[in-house]
Amino acid sequence: MKPADLLFPRPEGLYCPAGGFFIDPVRPVERALITHGHADHARAGHGAVLATRKTLAIMAVRYGDSFAGSRQEAVLGERLPINNVTVSFHPAGHVLGSAQIAVEAGGTRIVVSGDYKRASDPTCQPFEIVPCDVFVSEATFGLPIFRHPDAGREVARLLASQALFPERAHLVGAYALGKAQRIVRLIRQAGYDRPIHVHGAMEKLMAFYSSEGVSLGEIVPVRATDRARLKGEIILCPPGSLQDLWSRKFPDPVTAFASGWMQTRARARQRGVELPLIVSDHADWPDLCRTIRETGCSELWVTHGQEDALVHWAATQGIRARPLHLVGYGDDGEAEPVSGEQAA
Amino acid sequence: MNRFAALLDRLAFEPRRNAKIALIADFFRNTPDPERGYALAAMTGGLVFPQAKAGLIRQLIAERTDPVLFALSYDYVGDLSETVALLWPARAFSPEESFAAPSLSGVIETLATAHKSALPKHLAGWLDALDETGRWALLKLITGALRIGVSARLAKTAVAQLGGLEPDAIEQVWHGLLPPYEDLFAWVEGHGPMPEARDPAPFRPPMLAHAIEDGDFARLDPADFTAEWKWDGIRIQAASGIDAAGKRITRLYSRTGEEISNAFPDLLDALGFDGAIDGELLILREGRVQSFNVLQQRLNRKQVSAKLIADFPALIRAYDLLIDGADDLRPLPFAERRARLEARLAEHRSAKLGLSALIPFGTWEELAAARADPASAGAEGDAEAVEGCMIKRRDSPYLPGRPKGLWYKWKRDPRVIDAVLMYAQRGHGKRSSFYSDFTFGVWRNEGGTEGLVPVGKAYFGFTDEELAALDRFVRKHTIDRHGPVRVVEANAEAGLVLEVAFEGLNRSTRHKSGVAMRFPRISRIRWDKPAREADRLETLERMLASAEVTSPA
Repeated sequence: MKPADLLFPRPEGLYCPAGGFFIDPVRPVERALITHGHADHARAGHGAVLATRKTLAIMAVRYGDSFAGSRQEAVLGERLPINNVTVSFHPAGHVLGSAQIAVEAGGTRIVVSGDYKRASDPTCQPFEIVPCDVFVSEATFGLPIFRHPDAGREVARLLASQALFPERAHLVGAYALGKAQRIVRLIRQAGYDRPIHVHGAMEKLMAFYSSEGVSLGEIVPVRATDRARLKGEIILCPPGSLQDLWSRKFPDPVTAFASGWMQTRARARQRGVELPLIVSDHADWPDLCRTIRETGCSELWVTHGQEDALVHWAATQGIRARPLHLVGYGDDGEAEPVSGEQAA
Repeated sequence: MNRFAALLDRLAFEPRRNAKIALIADFFRNTPDPERGYALAAMTGGLVFPQAKAGLIRQLIAERTDPVLFALSYDYVGDLSETVALLWPARAFSPEESFAAPSLSGVIETLATAHKSALPKHLAGWLDALDETGRWALLKLITGALRIGVSARLAKTAVAQLGGLEPDAIEQVWHGLLPPYEDLFAWVEGHGPMPEARDPAPFRPPMLAHAIEDGDFARLDPADFTAEWKWDGIRIQAASGIDAAGKRITRLYSRTGEEISNAFPDLLDALGFDGAIDGELLILREGRVQSFNVLQQRLNRKQVSAKLIADFPALIRAYDLLIDGADDLRPLPFAERRARLEARLAEHRSAKLGLSALIPFGTWEELAAARADPASAGAEGDAEAVEGCMIKRRDSPYLPGRPKGLWYKWKRDPRVIDAVLMYAQRGHGKRSSFYSDFTFGVWRNEGGTEGLVPVGKAYFGFTDEELAALDRFVRKHTIDRHGPVRVVEANAEAGLVLEVAFEGLNRSTRHKSGVAMRFPRISRIRWDKPAREADRLETLERMLASAEVTSPA
């Protein structure tokens, strides 16, 4: 079977006619396979949803128990026939529960990686290479300027600033699903054991991560404390709240933002960030290139982000590549963290 | 270099003026000579490296990266130094190689002495040895474009703070000094004498005005104020005096204290007396002051040729006299300074230095009428170069900065049209990752077909939130791309209407529409307005026709 017949873009998302399902559809559909819980990939209102147990649980935390007509749990690594195709889920290293989805039929295997990263993350299972004919990759940081430093080093800069300005509150903007918990884990690994304060929008997901065995230490909701008394404390909030009225009541806050976008000064300045922390949930350029090579794919489809550069690079490597021009994902959604969780 | 790079990096993210001063002062306090002096020179624009051109940097990166990937990266980052700093490949050093990061003074001394042919090797070696922040700072430094929101004045203020001095004390001695300013630091820190060379023509910080608001008129008594035209040129300060050797020194400064004497050599002999004048630099042709469009053609030229001077003859319209001979007039009331200014200029007649006329008025209504029609209110043939009026309290002393309640500016009302967004391009610098340059058009009927014709381009007028929303709109409604330009969906059914404000309108043969706007900016985003209801080209043509009737073109 030709890959382009097995899987192709439709307005709703990537569609597999032989299996009768969409992957990460952006509109409600009959049957959806979901790679991970970020809102641009996991939407409410589908007829049937197939995803990992953790992703299903995250969707329930965010949308309520009735987020889909029916749900089915995908076990990582297990092969599952759906109509005329076989699908399997494999860790993507992006956030808790995130998976790549392999779709196979007639000897052709396409791997839809969803969002992924290769850098170590103490809050989720690491990415696994799945050999394939066609690799479907994101390109959020698909430019060679993106070489993300070690996340531990960035968190060390946060702690150094906090030591330097003990009278100022340190507000850290971080997406509520994945990034925030990773930052907390890294802070804990650096030996910091004071309570970490969080914005109300993060409480449920923090509790969910804890219940999944990710040890986050003492997490205190901001609403439980008089803000004026948070001098020298670390407070996590959705990025959108950094500019809110919400952030103004803290004592002389230092605004930090943990995102892969912080690698360019213009982005950081545009958002009024004083302490940019380059911590990304996506693969940087060297890891995108490495991953594509390691899958052994002969064809690359690029879903969203800076597709031009990655498509060009693939051509220089003898890999056929094309952008899928899917709409509705990321597409620099970091400029508008409305619900505060598009990952970057 | 690392310490300087860290300072620049922090300054780049620090929006607060006082915090910037504190950071710089702290750096001076904790950095030895000559490193700190070279840093001061870098921040005050005192270092020029004519051999280190952007072309050299492009050549070095071209040897190390794929050209397409470089172009895409540069388009995204929008800043050459930062793009190269981010792209520069890490290099492994062999044990016998030296990989110590260079010092700032080492870089500067090498650049000053090295032969041009050795430059690529030096620069590549430094870039190999530095981290990303260091590479960025080095490239910013040698290309002379720090752009970290630090003016020369701010850096000098930080020097003053080291020794509890006023910034003006630094200005007084500044022009006799050379990098790395060891004598300056020694004096400021109290272990050296005051540097000898007192500048006979130092910069003095200018006084600025607030925009007047409608409610202000009711509480302001017109009898307390004078008014004059607000000229649309560049605000300058001209200072002159005799140096220790008995030679007359005259300098021109921009309002931020950058010296621009070299760009206007034709004006330097206009000020033949000891003193300092606050005024506007304008271009005069055939006895008539030209609009800013014309002046702009003379600005930012590297070579000031005799032809350029002849084609764009400059003059100064004086507003105020700050220093007259040995007298500092700044504490005196405006009315007294104005009298001294008039007396001075009557004595020193020069075709290149004239008085900016006062506008006679008795009531605010009369002033409003003058502002609406400067040509009939005394500006006559110069009316095109008037962008409103200035209102100054008669008793106002000359105070640096923007003191409240003394000076007001009252700009002419902008004209507005509703146009449709057609194309968008990424901005540069701070806005490099956003679609922030917008081309907009209005409707016209061409050969029986209704279509949009572009009438201008605007890069500002919107808030950061609005920019983010516009950026999102562009990304979601792109229907085509031409290189960096995105073509945005724009037709009668779907399109985004932008309310565009502008100052003036000219006929133009360069634009398809036949009109060119002056100073266009987006005053409102009309998310609510259907694209079909945007303005038509005829509206602009009518504005143009009525402008040509009221003011001689």
